[in-house]
Amino acid sequence: MKNEPRSLPNTLRSGKAALLVVVAIVLTYGVLYPSWELIKTSLQQNGTWSFANYSTALSQPIILESIIASLGVSLLTVFFCGLVGIPLAFLFERFDFPGQRLFASLAAMPLVLPPLVGTVAFILLCGESGILARVVQKALRLESAPWTLRGWSALLLFHTYTMYPFFYVLSGAGLRRIDAALAEAGRVLGGSRLYVLARITLPQITPSLLAAGLLTFMTSMASFSAPLLFGGNVRVLTLEIFTARQRGDTTLAITQTVVLAVISLAALLLFQRYEGTRRFAAAAMKGAPKAQKRIASGKGRAAAMFCSILFSLILFLPIATLLLVSFARDGLWTTQTLPPEYTVNNFKRIITEGNAIEPFINSLTMSGLAALAALIWSFCVATIVTRWRRKVGRRLLSLLVLVPWALPGTVVAISIAEAYGKPSSLLGSFILVGTFWILPVIYFLRFMPLVVRAVQSNMEQLDPSLEQAAASLGARWWRRLTRVTLPLVWPGAVAGTLLAFVIALGEYVASVLVFVPANRPVSIAIASELRDFNLGSAAAYGVILIAIIGVSMMIAGRLERWRY
Amino acid sequence: MPLLSLKNISKRFGQTRAVADVSLDVEKGEFFGLLGPSGCGKTTTLRMIAGLEEPDSGEIRFNNQEITRVSPERRGFGMVFQNYALFPHLNVFENVAFGLRARHKPKNEVNERVAAALELIQLPGYGKRRVDELSGGQQQRVAIARAIAIEPALLLFDEPLSNLDVALREETRGELRELVNRLGLTAVYVTHDQEEAFALCDRIGVMVGGRLRQTGRSRELYDRPEQLSVARFLGRNNLIRVIRLSQNRSAVTEFKTLEGGHTLRLTAATEDLAPLNQPCFLAIRPEHVRIVKAGQQLENGFGGEVLEINFAGATSTVRVDANGLLLEALVLQPNGLVAGGSCTIQLPSEHLSLLKNE
Repeated sequence: MKNEPRSLPNTLRSGKAALLVVVAIVLTYGVLYPSWELIKTSLQQNGTWSFANYSTALSQPIILESIIASLGVSLLTVFFCGLVGIPLAFLFERFDFPGQRLFASLAAMPLVLPPLVGTVAFILLCGESGILARVVQKALRLESAPWTLRGWSALLLFHTYTMYPFFYVLSGAGLRRIDAALAEAGRVLGGSRLYVLARITLPQITPSLLAAGLLTFMTSMASFSAPLLFGGNVRVLTLEIFTARQRGDTTLAITQTVVLAVISLAALLLFQRYEGTRRFAAAAMKGAPKAQKRIASGKGRAAAMFCSILFSLILFLPIATLLLVSFARDGLWTTQTLPPEYTVNNFKRIITEGNAIEPFINSLTMSGLAALAALIWSFCVATIVTRWRRKVGRRLLSLLVLVPWALPGTVVAISIAEAYGKPSSLLGSFILVGTFWILPVIYFLRFMPLVVRAVQSNMEQLDPSLEQAAASLGARWWRRLTRVTLPLVWPGAVAGTLLAFVIALGEYVASVLVFVPANRPVSIAIASELRDFNLGSAAAYGVILIAIIGVSMMIAGRLERWRY
Repeated sequence: MPLLSLKNISKRFGQTRAVADVSLDVEKGEFFGLLGPSGCGKTTTLRMIAGLEEPDSGEIRFNNQEITRVSPERRGFGMVFQNYALFPHLNVFENVAFGLRARHKPKNEVNERVAAALELIQLPGYGKRRVDELSGGQQQRVAIARAIAIEPALLLFDEPLSNLDVALREETRGELRELVNRLGLTAVYVTHDQEEAFALCDRIGVMVGGRLRQTGRSRELYDRPEQLSVARFLGRNNLIRVIRLSQNRSAVTEFKTLEGGHTLRLTAATEDLAPLNQPCFLAIRPEHVRIVKAGQQLENGFGGEVLEINFAGATSTVRVDANGLLLEALVLQPNGLVAGGSCTIQLPSEHLSLLKNE
């Protein structure tokens, strides 16, 4: 239900002006100015304006190749994710079997798995010295590992594993919205099952599929951990930016960053368009849509149950591996199939040793600060967006807020580093780069759009007559806000905040570019343990991270289902 | 030989028995109504005819061929859904053409038949419109056009008018009946609205609680309900609890009302009678209850007190209390009656229906 924006009572006019100022300042500092600095640097060479940086960059075959590689990986990722995600959505939406709800929610799990942790788990399971490879090697008595986890196939496998939930979740939601009577009408009119699927069901969920495809594409373009750890000779754009910056070639890094940003923003604009049309199915219908009846008997159901159990096993294998290895004694696992000795020392060390637990404390603090700021900020934005009567203004604001979320973490980190790495016109002589605060700021910028979306959609669903009723009973705006609006919105808002919090907790892409010893986050600790081959410790960090995320998401799930 | 025939159809959903042992026949060219309160199983019955549900037991025959488990697309029936189920991603033309295209008809035939169907529902030239640009009434007509474009062997309606406002509903009702007559189609029409069913259908089956209780023409159902549930569902009825006293003379039976203790005599077939001393029900319509001045001696007549008189324009409703038996009467002019006054009530035996125990 989308309500027309409500007109403002006089008492709120000044409040709204103040909110607008806050929002404008944050967006200027966080989005507009850094973007401007990025574009300016990319367009200037030795103080003069030119496209020289672009022609230099694009004339290097290695950079062109990286752009093509990024696009290729992303398009193929979209294809494979659709191949896994869409049938899975049908499986869980159309069949009813014991445990169906549990499996259905488990299948969305990779969405919140930190990419770095997932990468580590993948290496431990499928890498050339991973458990799976060793099982096969032993079984077939091979001299060397049966495969290597490198290059295109490795990347696509991992991307599919972590990104298919976009297709699964969105096409599932699309399927739930379809009126079951439509497919029935198609059947009665003479269409076979397949004909109806192709001509009625799929066209109905096309907007959802396009949105899922674009989300997958954007996420894959931004992917960094997997290309870094097992991309092999596939040099994607994010990786090129990282190495250019490590080499000290800032201008090249920035130029590539702008290219990456442009591709991602184009995808965002398309995404917004299709997301807006997602409700066209419901618009033409009179009366409540009829829910599709699930198939709860017969062979199909047994097959569905078998598939979902099999799928959940595949889904869980990497996590189970991570859990197993987290108990392995570091340095003793050499050629055996499974780690030979187990201990709780990895966990004990993290909890008791000061410098081992510090990354956790850093990450929790920074993510907590960012999430809290995002929550407050979201109420500012949502209040304005839901009450702003100018459509253009609302859309522009929504788009600006979404931009940092659509941009790859690499882009956000580089733009903030570029804008606030030297004395700037906005911060004066204060330099953000090199301080503790740079990471909380980046986390806030990257993940606040998630919270804004949650708060905004909850506010839009509020019936305006509730507030009007409160007003008619004599409640002033403060009382209306604290007694009516907030109590109705907060479960959804907190759920959104928790999501932003857990995603920030495992953040690696942006952190690796700008972290300092004072704010070394847990993802960096995992990466360095991995580099030193302390697999047990790396896995233990990952397990603790997943545990925190799991608990948070359970709370968030409860809150989202909260009904008065 | 009936065109469509259902034999002992039953269907359960989990623990609930949606349809129990329903048998019915529909003749070619007949407009058959399935009438009943919501949740009575009428829509489920229709969906089994369409092939959208499979009966647990029983048999459905069409044109003397068994079709019980034939998939819906092979039955060649047309169906109009309650919410129309127009495909929102297709325009009006494409919606109407859907069934023809699914049958791989040549392009020019599709064009011709869609145009003809749109002509029939008086929406020619609307082909390019999006379905959500149409009004509710127009959407409803497009749904009908889509169903008749395939020249269905049988037309099924699932409460097709229930989403229209009252004035439009009555207008569309007339058009619908006219259209079906003109095309010579056979139709099964599900509704919970008795007025609609009476106006549209040649014959009506009344369903209550998953069972088909009574089948007949509108007039028969209204005047002679055979079962308590039918008498309760169809219009207002005075339901009088009685026990049989005797079977005097040839066919006239004597009853005593449990409330008020009045004696009523009526003609009833012997096989319809409940055993002696077992309570059963008599039904009489309020418009058939006669109220006259107090003190008259009449067959099936007794004295009572006027409780209230509700003026409703052309008619008035009079509620009376006859020694504990509460009755409702519909009169044109409540002349000479006052609330609190006494009167004589007559229940003419030709209007009393003896209901079968269920």
